[in-house]
Amino acid sequence: MKPALLLLTTWLYASTLYAQSDVQKRYQTKLIMADDGSTIELDAGSFTFTSSLSLQDKKRIVIRGKGIDKTVLSFKGQTDGAEGLRVSNGENIVIENLTVQDTKGDGIKTMNVKGITFRNVKVEWTGPPKSTNGGYGLYPVQCDNVLIEGCTAIGASDAGIYVGQSRGIIVKNSKAYHNVAGIEIENSRDADVFDNEAYENTGGILVFDLPDLVQKQGGNVRVFNNHVHDNNLPNFAPEGNIVASVAEGTGLLILAANGIEVFNNRFIRNQSIGTGIISYLFTQRTITDQAYYPFSTAISIHDNVYERNPGPASARGSWGELFKDILKTGPQMPHILYDGIVDPATLEPNGKPLPDRRICIRNNKNQSLITLDAGQGFKNMSRDAVPFDCQLPPLKAPALNAR
Amino acid sequence: MRTYLIAAWLLTFWLTLVSWQSATVPEKLSDYGFFTGDLAHQRPAAGVVPYTLNTPLFSDYAEKLRFIQLPPGQSVTYTDTAVLHFPVGTTLIKTFYYPHDFRDPAKGRRLLETRLLVHQPGGWKALVYVWNPEQTDAVLEVAGDTKTVQYVDAQGTARQHAYGIPNLNQCKGCHNRQEVLTPIGPSVRQLNGDLAYAGTGKGDNQLLHWHRTGMLTGMPPLADCPKTPVWNQPETGSLNDRARAWLDINCAHCHNPQGPAMTSGLNLSVGETNPTALGILKTPVAAGRGSGGHAFDIVPGKPEASILIYRLYSTDPGDRMPELGRKTVHTESLELLRAWIKAMK
Repeated sequence: MKPALLLLTTWLYASTLYAQSDVQKRYQTKLIMADDGSTIELDAGSFTFTSSLSLQDKKRIVIRGKGIDKTVLSFKGQTDGAEGLRVSNGENIVIENLTVQDTKGDGIKTMNVKGITFRNVKVEWTGPPKSTNGGYGLYPVQCDNVLIEGCTAIGASDAGIYVGQSRGIIVKNSKAYHNVAGIEIENSRDADVFDNEAYENTGGILVFDLPDLVQKQGGNVRVFNNHVHDNNLPNFAPEGNIVASVAEGTGLLILAANGIEVFNNRFIRNQSIGTGIISYLFTQRTITDQAYYPFSTAISIHDNVYERNPGPASARGSWGELFKDILKTGPQMPHILYDGIVDPATLEPNGKPLPDRRICIRNNKNQSLITLDAGQGFKNMSRDAVPFDCQLPPLKAPALNAR
Repeated sequence: MRTYLIAAWLLTFWLTLVSWQSATVPEKLSDYGFFTGDLAHQRPAAGVVPYTLNTPLFSDYAEKLRFIQLPPGQSVTYTDTAVLHFPVGTTLIKTFYYPHDFRDPAKGRRLLETRLLVHQPGGWKALVYVWNPEQTDAVLEVAGDTKTVQYVDAQGTARQHAYGIPNLNQCKGCHNRQEVLTPIGPSVRQLNGDLAYAGTGKGDNQLLHWHRTGMLTGMPPLADCPKTPVWNQPETGSLNDRARAWLDINCAHCHNPQGPAMTSGLNLSVGETNPTALGILKTPVAAGRGSGGHAFDIVPGKPEASILIYRLYSTDPGDRMPELGRKTVHTESLELLRAWIKAMK
């Protein structure tokens, strides 16, 4: 009995190995040969790939599994290609009902796609969060009409759900946890981020504009109805990346972004910064890009709920010193932090900001804020909220054309 | 009415047949007739011309045989700002192989794959043919493959490693300008060097040869043609010129403003003059763990603190550059690039 069982096990193991290399070829061939307008159905089960899968130059393709955790594409032990699935130069592509696991680099990268939908997709790095995990989970870049819904991202060493240099974006009903950044919108225009849960990341949601990129300026980004809580995970991003400088305990961080509306969110127990608004100058990185605008302006934070546990901020490193100084101005960490670095060109002769470039903070539950005066060496930190008691016209929802 | 229907049916049948035939790709390399005699000897047939590049792409130490077949009676017009504009009907042929012993070619070689770039009316098309173990022919493969290669390297060390044969999508991972499949190597500056043509025994400048045989028209005097230095021959160019030549052919097919790595803002084309775009004190954008914990792509004077060196040294698929076609460390070019960054002020 026993030798027979052993033999059977060995045989099963060997045949599984063979079948899996076969699966790589079979799925990659399907992706290459797919006619425009076709649906590529993936079977239920867990499949191991040693190389990236790629789809390119296709239109109206659906890649469909049997469901999250039912169709699992595992890239543990990947030897070729950085990402799990890569889609480039396409139109109206849908990826749905599947899980991508343990890629060496990014989970699913889509570039130059007009109309990309991720629906019920999970991207995860199994095991505890670590710096050797891939950078981005879902990674649409330079795309138009991006729809991300019902997705989950876990364990990314940069951002779980990351939309970069894109236009026309909706991220909704999704979850991001155990990433350095949960959800990030970077150098992207016309985005709605709503009904998501971002928790137990280093930073819950980031809206960033960075220099030296092809798409220079984002904006018109709305962040609303999100539950952003317990983002106190120690930062595990590899040094050199901008997210490595995000303080643990950050709910939402707005960096050098313009035209942002944040409302109806719950920012709960993000122990360092409920919502931060900073300029790129605050990072003390050098700027050589002449076309880059490093300031944050036209930002409206209203009707959100802020809560945190009493006690000091949880961040270490360079932020730690700053948080100690902040605590000298009052007994508790304020929920909202503004670096106070303003673009002189946005000031009226009387020194007040132009009405349409203001930072407005109003009507938030448990609202408290601090202006750091970072441009003047933190000399006049202030908890005065009066200068920010204003309302900007609401931003418009992006017109989206996705399937 | 009935005759009309039959005629319509026949027409449809004929159209289907024609489209089917035109879409058919030869299954085997031998079907093309590019070579005479034993296919493994790679002796070009009439109209198929070998060529070489001054500084080629590194592909895990694989050696390459390159050939071009122009359509009968046609030529290429001289241009030195980009890759030559080859006419429709051109085929570029590249066979990858490993000598059994890099110190002694007489010990034979193993051919792995032959890649074709075929210029069709609708644009360039990439095809990959994988050599059979008997080395008698190569067969079309769309989904790629991984082989294990064994050889004795130039230093006499026995080596064994995996060798990746790209799938058709991966071809465009590199051969891509604004999402159009494009050749990378054969530019005037890269072809401006000597090659020993069959029957002559001695080296002949390739541009002059192409000009003399009518393949290349509108060529200025040779002295006016730009020339890429040979990366590992100091007499052919300065340290800077050789390093930039190496980066251009190995990196700039992606890292250029129209290439797949445009999202990074890093441009390693030989013509780039903006220091930040070239990586000097440029912070990474989406490098993730590929930063290796370093702050900048290139830190002048400090190769050990430069992401560029880190990624060219790494063999981890999540970190390494280029993403495709490199599983080994190219020690010799790293020495060049380290010296280049070290000398930067």
